[in-house]
Amino acid sequence: MKDLLLANPDYQTLLAHGLWVTVKLFVTSWILAMLLAALLTAVRSTSSRLGQALVALFVEYHRNVPGLVQIFVWYFGVPQLLPREVQRWINHHDGEFFFSCIALTLYAAAYMSEDLRSGLRSLPRGQVEAARSLGMSYRQTLQHILLPQALRAALPPLVNQTLALFKATSLAMTVGVADVMHATRQIENETYRTFEAFLMVSVVYVLLSWLIMGAGAYASRRFSSARN
Amino acid sequence: MLDILHDYGLILLIGEYPHGPLGGLAMTLILAAAALLLSFPLAVLVGIGRTSPIRLVSRLAGLYANTVRGLPLLLLVFWSYFAVPMLFGKSINASLVMLVALVIYESAYLGEIVKAGIQALPRGQTEAARTLGMGYWTTLRKVILPQALFNMIPSMMNQFVVVVKNTSLAYVIGVDELTNAAYQVNSQLLTKPFEVYALLAMTYFVVCFALSRAVAALEQRIARTRRSRPA
Repeated sequence: MKDLLLANPDYQTLLAHGLWVTVKLFVTSWILAMLLAALLTAVRSTSSRLGQALVALFVEYHRNVPGLVQIFVWYFGVPQLLPREVQRWINHHDGEFFFSCIALTLYAAAYMSEDLRSGLRSLPRGQVEAARSLGMSYRQTLQHILLPQALRAALPPLVNQTLALFKATSLAMTVGVADVMHATRQIENETYRTFEAFLMVSVVYVLLSWLIMGAGAYASRRFSSARN
Repeated sequence: MLDILHDYGLILLIGEYPHGPLGGLAMTLILAAAALLLSFPLAVLVGIGRTSPIRLVSRLAGLYANTVRGLPLLLLVFWSYFAVPMLFGKSINASLVMLVALVIYESAYLGEIVKAGIQALPRGQTEAARTLGMGYWTTLRKVILPQALFNMIPSMMNQFVVVVKNTSLAYVIGVDELTNAAYQVNSQLLTKPFEVYALLAMTYFVVCFALSRAVAALEQRIARTRRSRPA
């Protein structure tokens, strides 16, 4: 048992740090993506044709381009358009993480806004009409009446999307983010114990994924009983 | 951007072919089509397993599907890169390694679609077939699967779009596909990363957007067929 990779304190630190980066990337982009998705959905449900068209374009772009390519566009491509000082500032502040986080946020927000939108569309029109005739403004209607119900209806697809985002954080290692996948490759390169290293990281991913799936199943049970 | 398309368009489209190996967008599409076709029989097995009346079988199939769905595709690609040459010999082609990873990953997701397709059929279908004296397998083969698989066609076509996007991960193990071609074009030009990667994104966009639109059209046709011929 002493010979296990996991028993080595150096590799424990490396793996723990990688896990921390993965969780940080996941949580940051999840929160930002949810906020952006709510905003996109709000814009799309206004009567502004231009706003609707722009959101539709945003959603279609992010749904029809691979996540990996989106990360490449941000990490390799976008800096070329930025002024030198900004580029330097970003590179000083962990540019890999910064651009991966932007790419993952936009990517997840596009899917989540579609989920929210279909949640909104599943609500009967009477909800809006009742709220408006009670004197609520458009914003109040959205905030107090529509979004809470739409969120409930959109919960199962949102959980799927959360899981997809969690798994997609692994793509950030291709541009050098030191996440748990990156740490595993490093351990593997130093020890040549590929099977053990991969098994370790697989267990980590599967357990965290199951945690997300389980939390989602729990939440949809709870919220669907609250509705009845 | 047009000059890049002019100079490197053909490499992005078909790689070095016919003077070298096939690559670029052609390789991406071939890889995706092969992955979807090969994962289909596995997915049907997973779907049947998950809906099996035998507890042990449905548990095992569920464990397989949930484990594969809990892993990032990138990790499966690394597993495959490590395990496939050990099983089939060192000289194995990187695109075959990628194909194995894609087939395993896709079998779990497509398996969920098969499962949902089977469960969406009214229970009366199974009951009627069993009452007529058909066994479990005959019921599946003659009554359940033909209907479930027909209703699944749009979802399966949607999976093709997903797989096309997933093939981009083949870049990490050096398969000559679209993303890799763009990466190489970028390393030759060096000064125009934004143009190269924007072009790459636009290429994927055009292909996947056109495919999703075609699927949506097909979906409507199938919905019409189902209405005119109630299950």
